[in-house]
Amino acid sequence: MSVIVLKPGLLSTLQDAGRPGHAALGVGRAGAMDGPALQLANALVGNVDNEAAIECTLLGPTLKFIEATVIALTGATIEASVDGRPIPMWTRCQLPAGSVLQLGGMSVGCRSYLAVGGGFDVAKVLGSRSTDLHARLGYANGRALRAGDALPTGACTSQASMHHNDELTSLPWSIDPHPWFDFAFRPLALLAGKHSALLDKRSQQILHDGKFVLSKDSNRTAGRLDGHTLSLRQPLELISEATLPGTLQLPPSGQPIALLAEAPVTGGYPRIGQIAVVDLPRLAQRRPGDAVCFRPSTLDDAVRRLHEREQRLGKLIQTIQRRLRLDRTAH
Amino acid sequence: MTRSAAPPISAVPPAVQWEAMAENALLLRFGDTIDSSLNTCVHAATAHLRERLPTLEYVPAYASVLLRFDPAHWPALEERSPHQQLGDAVIAALADLSTAATASALIEIPVLYDGPDLTDVAALTGFSIEDVIVRHGAVEYRVAMLGFAPGFPYLLGLDPALAVPRRTDPRQRVPAGSVAIGGRQTGIYPTELPGGWQLIGRTPLQLFDVAADVPSLLAAGDRVRFRAIDRATFQQIAKARSA
Repeated sequence: MSVIVLKPGLLSTLQDAGRPGHAALGVGRAGAMDGPALQLANALVGNVDNEAAIECTLLGPTLKFIEATVIALTGATIEASVDGRPIPMWTRCQLPAGSVLQLGGMSVGCRSYLAVGGGFDVAKVLGSRSTDLHARLGYANGRALRAGDALPTGACTSQASMHHNDELTSLPWSIDPHPWFDFAFRPLALLAGKHSALLDKRSQQILHDGKFVLSKDSNRTAGRLDGHTLSLRQPLELISEATLPGTLQLPPSGQPIALLAEAPVTGGYPRIGQIAVVDLPRLAQRRPGDAVCFRPSTLDDAVRRLHEREQRLGKLIQTIQRRLRLDRTAH
Repeated sequence: MTRSAAPPISAVPPAVQWEAMAENALLLRFGDTIDSSLNTCVHAATAHLRERLPTLEYVPAYASVLLRFDPAHWPALEERSPHQQLGDAVIAALADLSTAATASALIEIPVLYDGPDLTDVAALTGFSIEDVIVRHGAVEYRVAMLGFAPGFPYLLGLDPALAVPRRTDPRQRVPAGSVAIGGRQTGIYPTELPGGWQLIGRTPLQLFDVAADVPSLLAAGDRVRFRAIDRATFQQIAKARSA
């Protein structure tokens, strides 16, 4: 079972839920930038765990499926066709052997996820198949996919439910992307950071009322925010301490930097905020040039929203699993 | 979001503070300076907490340690947030922390002192190249933390006379194994990385290997000594490693 990369797209990487447990060695988690989108793609193809999927960025890859395979696409709205026939997102599609899946541009959002039944079965590195481009860990020493890569896929539990014909088919139902994708670019919840109070008055106001723009100079490690420079009341000399995805740093240039999935584990810049975990997937779906605004949030509110989202996501995944079982019985 | 731990505990000098850094993370701070005794305290506390609260992930740094946890495992009870509960549990667990010196590994790092910035470091410090090498190898260092990249050790203990500013033009590619000085710190680049520290030498040892049972040669808290070697020895060790 394998999938051949014909064209790699702009930046396509294998990602799973990440690489926890090694931060004390200087190894960050990496993993999918939009976690719920990864989980839903896996659920739709019948994968129980968070198997590795392809995270596409702005322009997707073209892939050839050697064997018949079930796939699902979630995340940013991406052009997708199999041998010239458009296929739907947020559902499960069955591809006949030899299919060529062409993923194009994204009309909204920045990152789409392609899961396959059984997951992409590349070797785990420190317990994860995530590509960490910054630390060069994961598939092929932590690089993005290239033309010619042959990606093995794992044994697919839902494969048995497939029709044994050569038709391209999709399920008669799909899930509603609206709860999982922020089409409106709403403000992101921002918790206070250790040094928030040291921003000067103007900067504090801008941080919560101003509109920033995601810089072209952004990647999986950090999103740089253009539009306003911020300043502290006085310069600070700090010693390095732990940083996290979502940490909003202020380097001496005054341009705020939001750390993302590949955040280094330590850093020494002033921390002027912490983006709520629940809103990180929404930031991950902003593309360079998109607006980024913040609203102040309390820790309790952020914890509550995260808890609610996890419960909603868990329930939806259970519903998907039940419906997939029913479909199988019906066949 | 900084809150004082109440009450401050006497066994861990100075007062420990915890800060709710994110929904899933609590930062325990022992101080705000680069100081050997503070850092020792950080590592003693980390080891102590790892035994008592093993499900958390710990990220020790110079004077702080981050605790990453799953807030779902600490549901709010009687109006006390997950962070308050965890913060209390941590402070309680630290009550019987002994700050007595604990055994830590001493690792010798062979270095061929032939770095491209060695002449600059000598000029900046006013020492001869030989003196720079002797002074760099004369002391015992301690791994304050691993960060920046997998297995990159920030070492405490550099002779203050060897402190030199970072390069104004950072390199895009610093070779793996490079031993470098950046400000008052010294460290080793485990893999080829971009970097702005002054390169004084290189070690043939592999500092980080994902395939090894213990991927990092050094761990936070370890003691380190540098030993000057010649080119032939460097090649011998490098050859033995790749065999």
